[in-house]
Amino acid sequence: MNTFHVELSPSIWLDLSLLTMLVLVAIAMLRSRHLFAVVMLSGIYSLLSAAFFVSLDAVDVAFTEAAVGAGVSTVLMLGGMLLTARREKPKGAGRAPVALAVVFAAGAALVYATIDMPAFGDPNAPANSHVGQAYVEQTPNDIAVPNIVTAVLASYRGFDTLGEVMVIFTAGVAVMLLLGAGSVRGGREVSDVEKDESGAA
Amino acid sequence: MFATAIAAVIAAMVLALVRAFAGPSLYDRVLAGNSFGTKTVLLIGLMGFITGRPDFLDIALLYALINFTATLAILRFFSYRTPKGAPAEPASEKESPA
Repeated sequence: MNTFHVELSPSIWLDLSLLTMLVLVAIAMLRSRHLFAVVMLSGIYSLLSAAFFVSLDAVDVAFTEAAVGAGVSTVLMLGGMLLTARREKPKGAGRAPVALAVVFAAGAALVYATIDMPAFGDPNAPANSHVGQAYVEQTPNDIAVPNIVTAVLASYRGFDTLGEVMVIFTAGVAVMLLLGAGSVRGGREVSDVEKDESGAA
Repeated sequence: MFATAIAAVIAAMVLALVRAFAGPSLYDRVLAGNSFGTKTVLLIGLMGFITGRPDFLDIALLYALINFTATLAILRFFSYRTPKGAPAEPASEKESPA
């Protein structure tokens, strides 16, 4: 099996700056005790990762991330936040050293495992040599969809995608039930003062 | 030329991030999130042009729609919010009565 070398992509600086901003946003979310700021930062995090997915050519994943992450889940988290306090309860400076050690060990193991992965875009990699090749060859004849990923998601695995839609729908219904009927407008506790006084709602 | 534009957009993204980190008021953060979404739209459009696939522009337009709707949805929360029963907030986060 001949080896396959990848050169650095010209968009390496773009990817690096996007990933750096992702890390910065994640740290800021961890450190902030102001819940509204955390919700807004999580929306920014989703937008950043969507941009990163686009730069990785995963356009459909990026769509999902932008719609669900930046749109729906921001609104759902705001609805949840309005039912609780505005600020996280301040905790002491004590950290959990065991948890930190476990996280670092797991991260180091994952990074170590990436050494064994085939190079990005390697034609001999298992992902590119068997099933993937069949999809690439047969999609133009089977389904006249120019994007192969879309063809796999919407046609070859159509029932699978339908099941996923059911799961997401059920989760959405469950969240709406937990937050209460008025959650779209900010939860049960929240109503417009002037409208309440005029006797409506 | 596109590379320079991408660098400028990323610099603007960093500035919006600084405002989102620092706050201090609610509206600073809403505005930071909204303008960050706009920068994402620009960045995706530029990425499409620099890789020779201008059809990314359609994706960028859809992102603009999502961003607009999300900002409207967030702002609706504050027009329906009331201080009744809510814990006291610092003065910097008080909103003007709707």
